[in-house]
Formats: sequence, structure tokens, C-alpha cells
Amino acid sequence: MSARAEAPRRHRHSAGVQLILDFLHRLPPYRWTQARLVRWGITGRTAVAAIPYFWLLLFFLVPFIIVLKIAFSDARIGIPPYQPLVQWMEGGVMQINVHLKNFYSMVEDSLYWKAYLNSIKVAGISTVLCLLIGYPMAYAVARAQSTWRHILLMMVILPFWTSFLLRVYAWIGILKNNGLINNFLMWTGLIDEPIVMLQTDFAIYVGIVYSYLPFMILPLYSNLEKMDLTLLEAAADLGARPFKTFMTITLPLSLPGIVAGSMLVFIPAVGEFVIPELLGPSDSLMIGKVLWQVFFTKRDWPAACAVAIALLLLLVIPIVLLQRAQAAEARGAHR
Amino acid sequence: MATNPRPQQQLAVWNDPQAVPYVHIDRVTKKFGDFVAVNNVSLKIYKKELFCLLGGSGCGKTTLLRMLAGFEEPTSGKLFIDGVDVTDLPPYERPVNMMFQSYALFPHMTVEQNVAFGLKQDGVAKDEIATRVDDMLKLVRLQQFAKRKPHQLSGGQRQRVALARSLVKRPKLLLLDEPLGALDKKLREHTQFELVNLQEQLGVTFVVVTHDQEEAMTLSSRIGVMNQGEIIQVGTPKDIYEYPNSRFVAEFIGNVNMFEGRLIEDEPDHVRIDSPEMGGTVYVDHGVSSAPDAVVSAAIRPEKINISTEKPAQTDNVTQGVVKEIAYMGDMSVYLVQLASNKIVRVTQPNTYRHADDSITWEQTVYLSWHASSPVVLSE
Repeated sequence: MSARAEAPRRHRHSAGVQLILDFLHRLPPYRWTQARLVRWGITGRTAVAAIPYFWLLLFFLVPFIIVLKIAFSDARIGIPPYQPLVQWMEGGVMQINVHLKNFYSMVEDSLYWKAYLNSIKVAGISTVLCLLIGYPMAYAVARAQSTWRHILLMMVILPFWTSFLLRVYAWIGILKNNGLINNFLMWTGLIDEPIVMLQTDFAIYVGIVYSYLPFMILPLYSNLEKMDLTLLEAAADLGARPFKTFMTITLPLSLPGIVAGSMLVFIPAVGEFVIPELLGPSDSLMIGKVLWQVFFTKRDWPAACAVAIALLLLLVIPIVLLQRAQAAEARGAHR
Repeated sequence: MATNPRPQQQLAVWNDPQAVPYVHIDRVTKKFGDFVAVNNVSLKIYKKELFCLLGGSGCGKTTLLRMLAGFEEPTSGKLFIDGVDVTDLPPYERPVNMMFQSYALFPHMTVEQNVAFGLKQDGVAKDEIATRVDDMLKLVRLQQFAKRKPHQLSGGQRQRVALARSLVKRPKLLLLDEPLGALDKKLREHTQFELVNLQEQLGVTFVVVTHDQEEAMTLSSRIGVMNQGEIIQVGTPKDIYEYPNSRFVAEFIGNVNMFEGRLIEDEPDHVRIDSPEMGGTVYVDHGVSSAPDAVVSAAIRPEKINISTEKPAQTDNVTQGVVKEIAYMGDMSVYLVQLASNKIVRVTQPNTYRHADDSITWEQTVYLSWHASSPVVLSE
């Protein structure tokens, strides 16, 4: 820790407030509470650190456990639409019914794993497309003059001011048979019949790439913007042409940004439901869509929960990669 | 401008009008918008020289260096290296390497890879790269650190990696931007001599940018003093120190006492200046070509003034004052003496024996005197 952090930090209060605080601090209840808490290992510092943990516990771990619990139970008709996991029998017997059939069926039913594979494929291709489009954009923003940089960055963020759903709907109007693109092409006479774009895989890619591009650009931008430009001069000075400099210096140094951006696109894209539902073909196999159907159409909560758990496990690998990339980025900043 | 004639100079390459300059900066100007960073600079640097560009921040020295490296394009003028016009060549095609102030080591590469980078760009054969990198690391004593990354090295080690990386390509010209700026004082002094040795050993022409006059004095064969985008004076460290051509140079390099006065005698073999500020006359034992009655300044270095409690037997070059401050520096003592005109004069005396400074104390009246060869007459 730096010396600055060790120095006592005191808030400045006006004299009157300070007087009251000093008085309060001397009162037995305050000192008693403080002493008690310290004995349990709770100081002001640990209390502050505990808040995010508490948040995660409440809104991530608890829901996860509920989903996990439902995934191991059996479906039934009723409210709630699943059997309880733990039942109390007569004579104080506790009966735990763990059903693994939902997980079995995921392996046996080709629908599930085909949906998984297809989701990974779609998310993977979308990620690569986002990277190919996003890298030059991030590079341009990072190297632009500072006045322009803020405007360009604003333009990347601006779409978030409109609802995600509305923006996806807008693509229907652009892509449909008598939509913007087809009407324009017919008007110019380039085509006689409208090109079918809506409800194709193409439309899914357009939707995903469009929606998640900012998540690729922003981490890449923050990485490229931090880059020490004298490194590029040094490379040029040592005889590297601009393209070689890019490949040997810029690209390797922006790897943490590439990984972070890719994961931020890939992870939500795998479970994407809205875009394939609205833009894709009705038979498109995306795991998010399957999940929705199992949950709402079939009302098979346990099966849907099992699908969700499997999806989560599938994403653990990219999430770990993302965290590593962010850690590397943070270390790079301190260097 | 008053010109002080100099004693016979040694035969140096820059005094030979027939010599072909290795680096020729020909009337180069660089403007950034309305700001003139480098103003019509012409400079000739010869082979195997260690040339220092010295000046305060914003004087244009780094811009000039960056133009030699190819990172900035001159607004007008030409640059020649070894007779070749390099003005329009991009940095990667110039026979020049640069050592950056921040070192600019590639953080994702090991020491070895950093040093090999330049050779790889030239398509040098693999085993030759290995031997040359190894030799270079041996030269800068970093062999055992070959596999380390830059962030695992100390400041001095990084500096040596940067030096190795820029020297391994055997450039015709090595540019160094504040090469020792990031090192602490002790290491800096040590590295200065190392740098000079290395330069002599390899015979590469060095151009060094620095704001540190001490560094410039130690390192260079010649110094170019810059101010506001212009070269004010070019000369050997001794020239610059003993014969500054302007008040700016005199004051920038080391400490100096200036006495303003009027020329009352201007003969070919001597001049005499009447200086009320000094409280007497300054007699200089060499002629100065300047208009009579002109207002000039006599510049005298602190170490060339003698301080004593007894009145010296000379009528010129002597004055009287009261000691206001004494600073004991170990190897020498610094005295600030106030004259009758309230002018403060800085005097340094070496402590050649213990307690050499004991006879002079605060508020004591002392006599200051100097030899007639010591003052330099400056008119601007």
C-alpha cells in the first residue's frame, strides 16, 4: 500500500458537527457497540467491503439456488408447477426427491444440444464480426483528436438511450420484404423482386452484431486509448513498417481489450432470445428461445431451470477468461 | 555583439573547413500552427561526435531530434545524414535509431526480444540475430536478464536495455532524448561515463538532447545551446563555459556574476569598463570589438573570484562587500557577498585544506578580486 493510504484520513466537519460527533463517540453505547463489532471482526472497513458481497448473495446466489432446486425437482400440474424437493413425511421422516431426469433429457433430446451448439455458433460468428467491425472503429476513436473523440464515443453510446426492444423492432422495418432496403433497391432498379432478409439467419447476425457492437468497441477503445504511442514510434524507429508495427505491437498489447470485448459480446449473445425471436426464422434453434418455450409454452419449469443451469456452466469458461483479461488490463494500468 | 577572441584552439574536425559533415541540418524550420518550435536552424555534426543539444523545456531541442528521427517533418529546410537527403524518408527507412526518454520498451516482450526487434525487421538471419543480441547484452551487462520482461527490471537496467536496443542495429546516428533523465543522481553520474565509453568504443555518432548542463558538459564533444527554437551558440564545453557569446548562454551554463558598465577604454589588447554596479573598473586583458561608450556586461564565474580579508594590491578588478551568506558544500564553500550597490556577488572557493573557510564569517567586510583574463565582455 502506498504511504498515502496509511495516513489517517479524517473527514473535515464544521466545528459544531465535530463537537457533537466527539460527544457521541464518547458515549458508552457507541463504544460498547464498536468494541463488540471489532471483537467479531467487523470494522468500518470490512462493513463497507461486505456490501457488494451481500448484494451478490441476495440477488445472484439466492436466485441461483432456487433455480438449482427447481432443476432437480419433477414437473407437475399446479401452482407452483413443480414438486417440492424436500417433503416431511409422517413420523419425522424427511424425504428428499432429487430428479435428474431433466439433465438426462438434455443429453438424450437432440433438440437441446443442437440448440446449444447452434447458439455457440451464432454467438461465436457474431463475436468475430463484432471484432472485425469494432476494432477499426475503436482504433479510429482512440486516435481521433480529443474534441472528435468525445463526439464519436457519444455516438457509440447513444443507441443505449433508446429501448433495446425498439431498436430490434426497427430492424424489422429495415429488413422486411417491403422494408427500407428492399424498397430502395427496387427503386434503383437493381432488383425486381425483394430479397428475403427478415426471418433468416442473416437477420439474426445483423441484429446481434448491431446490438452488441458497443460492448466490443468500449473495452477496445479504453485499451487502445491507454496505449503508449511512443512504443509505436520506437517500432517505426527500429525499422517496422506501419502494418508490421500494428501486428507486433498494437495487436498483442490490445489483447486484453479484445478478450474483454469478445466475452462481453459472446456471453449475452449465447443466451439471446429477443433477436432470434423477432428477426430470425421461426424454427431457429437458439438456446434462449428453447428456454422460453419450455418455460412458458410447455410450462415445464424444472426442465427450463435445468437448461438455464447448463447454459450457466457453459458460460463459466468465457466468464473466467473475461475476468483474467480485466485483471491483466488493471495490472497494465498500474505499470 | 562583442566578440571575445579565443586562444589557439586544438585542431578539431569542426574547425576544418574542408571536413564533410556527417549530419547536416540545413536551415530547418518547424512550425506547429502559429508556434515556431524550431526556427531556421543550421547545424553540422561530424562523424563520431557526441553532440549535445542543450536548452530549457520548450526550446525546440526535442523537436529537432524528432525531425532527425523522422517523427516530425520539417516545415522547411533539409536534413542530410552521411550525404543522403533524408528529409522525406519515413523513420523506418532512416539509418538512425533513437533512445526514448521513457525508453519505450515493448512491455510484452522480454529483454532479448526487445533488443532483437530491430534486427528482425531487417530480415537478419536467426543465428546472427542471436549472436548480435547476445554481444549487445554482454556490452551493457544484462546477459542474466535476457529472459525478463521490462517491468521486472530497475530503472538503470531498463535504460541499458533501451540503449542496447537502439545500438544493436549499428545505426549511423544514435539519437538520445534525455538518456539519463529518469535515473537518480548517483546512477546518472556513473552512466554518463559508461555512455561516453560506449560511444568511443563503437564509434557511433551520438546526438543527445538534455536540459541538464552538467550532463552536457560531461558527455559532449560539442554543445549546441538552444533557446526559443534557435541555436544560440555551438562549441566545446570549454568554449561554452569560458567564452559564452551572450548573457543567455552565460547564465544558462553554470553560475555567473554580471556587472553592467560602460566601455571607457577599448584598445586591441585590453578594455576597461567602468561599472558603478561593481563599484570600480573591470580591466580585461583582451580586446573586444564593440562600439566605444557602449553599455556592456562583464561576466565573471564565481570560482574565478578571489575572496580575502586583506586588500589586494591592484586597482582594477577589485571591489569590497559584506558577506551575507556562507554555504559549506564540502568540496567548496559558496559566499554571497553584498556590494555597496546592493548587488549580490556569488563567489566559490575550493576547500583545499580543512578549515580553509574559517577566516571568513557572516557580516564581515571582504575584498573580491579576479585576474584580468577572467571576465568575458558581453553586449547582449
